[in-house]
Amino acid sequence: MLNTYVVYVENKPGVLTRVASLFRRRAFNIDSLTVGRTEKPEVSRMTITVDADVDQAKRIEANLYKLLNVLLVENITNQPAIVRDLAMIKVAATHEARSHVLELAGVFRARVVDVAPESLTIEITGAEDKIDGLLEVLRPYGVLEMVRTGIVAMRRGKSSTGAPGTNSTDHDVAEEDVSHSV
Amino acid sequence: MKDNTPLTAKSMTAKSMTGASILWECLEREGVKTVFGYPGGAILPAYDALKGSKIHHILVRHEQGATHMADGYARASGQVGVAVATSGPGATNMVTGIATAMLDSSPIVCITGQVGSKLIGSDAFQETDITGVTLPITKHNYLVTHASEVARTVREAFYVARSGRPGPVLIDITKDAQQSTCEFDWEAAKPQLPGYRPDLSPEPKEYEQALDLIHNAKRPVILAGHGIIISGAMAEVREFAERTGIPVALTLLGIGAFPAGHPLNLGMMGMHGEAWVNHTIQEADLLLAFGMRFDDRVTGNLKTYASNAKKIHIEIDPAEINKNVKVDVPLVGDLREVLHELLPKVESIDRSEWLDSIDKLKGDAAVRDIQNLPDSGHLYAAHVINDLWRETRDGDTVVVTDVGQHQMWEAQYYKHEKARSLITSGGLGTMGFALPAAIGAKVARPEADVWVVCGDGGFQMTLCELATIVQEKLKVNIAIINNGFLGMVRQWQEFFYERNYAATPLLNPDFAKLGEAYGIRSMTVTERSQAVPAVRAAKEHDGPVLINFRVEQEDTVYPMVAAGASLHEMIRRPSKIVETAEDE
Ligand SMILES: Cc1cc2nc3c(=O)[nH]c(=O)nc-3n(C[C@H](O)[C@H](O)[C@H](O)COP(=O)(O)OP(=O)(O)OC[C@H]3O[C@@H](n4cnc5c(N)ncnc54)[C@H](O)[C@@H]3O)c2cc1C
Ligand SMILES: Cc1ncc(C[n+]2csc(CCOP(=O)(O)OP(=O)(O)O)c2C)c(N)n1
Ligand SMILES: [Mg+2]
Repeated sequence: MLNTYVVYVENKPGVLTRVASLFRRRAFNIDSLTVGRTEKPEVSRMTITVDADVDQAKRIEANLYKLLNVLLVENITNQPAIVRDLAMIKVAATHEARSHVLELAGVFRARVVDVAPESLTIEITGAEDKIDGLLEVLRPYGVLEMVRTGIVAMRRGKSSTGAPGTNSTDHDVAEEDVSHSV
Repeated sequence: MKDNTPLTAKSMTAKSMTGASILWECLEREGVKTVFGYPGGAILPAYDALKGSKIHHILVRHEQGATHMADGYARASGQVGVAVATSGPGATNMVTGIATAMLDSSPIVCITGQVGSKLIGSDAFQETDITGVTLPITKHNYLVTHASEVARTVREAFYVARSGRPGPVLIDITKDAQQSTCEFDWEAAKPQLPGYRPDLSPEPKEYEQALDLIHNAKRPVILAGHGIIISGAMAEVREFAERTGIPVALTLLGIGAFPAGHPLNLGMMGMHGEAWVNHTIQEADLLLAFGMRFDDRVTGNLKTYASNAKKIHIEIDPAEINKNVKVDVPLVGDLREVLHELLPKVESIDRSEWLDSIDKLKGDAAVRDIQNLPDSGHLYAAHVINDLWRETRDGDTVVVTDVGQHQMWEAQYYKHEKARSLITSGGLGTMGFALPAAIGAKVARPEADVWVVCGDGGFQMTLCELATIVQEKLKVNIAIINNGFLGMVRQWQEFFYERNYAATPLLNPDFAKLGEAYGIRSMTVTERSQAVPAVRAAKEHDGPVLINFRVEQEDTVYPMVAAGASLHEMIRRPSKIVETAEDE
């Protein structure tokens, strides 16, 4: 089953590598991974989708938490959420095909963002299956180039947590606090 | 005259220092007395600043040795061990030792020099991306490019290495960060680890479920692992076992966590565990896993593993839960703390029926035991280990083994009563571990008698550290179990590759002469009668001693669960051998 995680990480060099390396190292296959800024400059937010059963999904979460730069992990797979992917599709659109392509774009509420003599570039935002749908109907005209961002996701309703702070847990390493040294 | 200048809080604690001096100062404040290292260009500023420090630096002969020494130090004492190396080849030589510490959850901090921060990425002389290389084999690692980051990084590294599930942490410090100067303020350099949560504890509901299973079990077994020793929960485990009457089986790394001589101790489980221990696990209706991670050498085929047993897993690392074995009740937290919760609530139950049936499982095991075969004049490794045990059992002895057949015989025939009396590489199975790890153990516990038990193969992987022993005047005794083979591999070839002994016979140097060349008192033992006198002589000599035990060449570790086989399907010592030996 495809699981969707929202992962908040410290905005520091090398953190993306650590997360990506973890999935490779534990042989979990990332379906898509996006990363970007949040409302807090010191925190980045990732949306990761990965194919995993229930036990694996829990272990992925536990393993993510083992990375010191990971602040919060939310598995939003079974939660009401807004999930969006963005695609730009360059379609061959010669004179006679042009109006058909424009019509299809309109049906999918996609926007034409570039017009050239032999092609049209269409931008579409939406759930993945909507984009898949548009792609399918455009394919007969000739898809010359395509790029997708991978999904970003957010839970519906009142913000659950938002980006966590980075100075919430000030680790006091007084001797008694170190509960179990080797 | 009175100085009326007001002292600000900052000027009271802060002073201007180089990154290199801050490094040593912070290590001292973390309680470090000794580091194991090897110099080179990129770490030279740190070495230069060593003269102002109280820390003792032990010069190793290979950086792999430094990491195993730090590891041995950590395992013998429970304190963080420290290894130092230069950039490039110095750093990459540490990889094996770091991976070894990672798989066995050993707390070490490795410090490497790095080329100047302006040169990073330019393929400069001796530049290796060591934080990239060690990313999957460290608990965490750091690249430090400014003197001002040194203090906080060191504090974080030590905290991370020893807390939660311990592990190796690497700090890579650029040359300019060592050389440049900044204000040093220990107080202000507090760890900032917002994403790190080493202390989890179970829910009350989970405790109730666990107690329910414990009280309803008819055939329960405790699986005692390394986590007991890490947690320091030896007394609690013993109390738990005695109060509940539940017998205890040990993993290789759990040896010492529960006394070998205790009536409830069954012995080691797994691939080379005692047959009755594995049978007991397969017949159990409840497994209580205490700080062990169901390694594949412990479970055998997972499909058939303890299939009638419910499982309770007490484990500090949530990522271990349901990794290999699906458990019924996970109790995620520090073992000692979890047992403190459970202990007042467990009831004592009469388990004599179950214990009797386990006794019956022992069957003819005693007859098959090589110790009980008549003396045939051959020198068997098992005899050597048994003699070593009898001669050293009374003192504070630490045995450090290498990897191979001798390691398994040690685990089977040396009866460890105390935690941290056996140090061995379990998870990575790193040949060459023993000699350097023993050096670390001796440095950590100078009062203890430290014995290396290693094979003729593995000894040759790190034997250069004999020079370190001599240079540091360390009393470490070395028993080479010399069978002229990469014995454990030969054993696999014997069983699974039709005795095609490809690349396993060894043409060895004269180990006693080699030892003498280093100035180490050395002897060779070829007969059983010489074993005890040799061990005694080694104990009495006040310098290091090397004993070359020339043992039976084609001896086999029994029992054995073949890789992938079910835990109860063991290859046992053939009764034919038992009979032949009786004829002799
Ligand atoms: C040649 C060879 C043969 C081997 N044969 C065998 C064999 O027959 N039998 C055998 O048992 N092993 C054998 N091993 C070793 C095996 O590979 C594993 O290393 C070993 O079984 C691991 O033991 P462990 O799970 O107790 O320790 P570790 O691997 O160190 O795991 C310790 C566990 O405890 C947890 N822990 C740490 N701290 C705490 C705490 N404070 N509270 C709670 N939990 C904590 C850790 O998170 C970890 O999951 C062999 C190795 C070699 C090289
Ligand atoms: C660094 C390393 N290389 C290879 C192995 C594979 N291996 C496991 S046991 C063994 C043989 C060890 O031989 P020796 O040191 O003579 O010990 P013995 O088994 O004979 O007691 C080998 C090669 C290993 N564990 N570690
Ligand atoms: Mg050998």
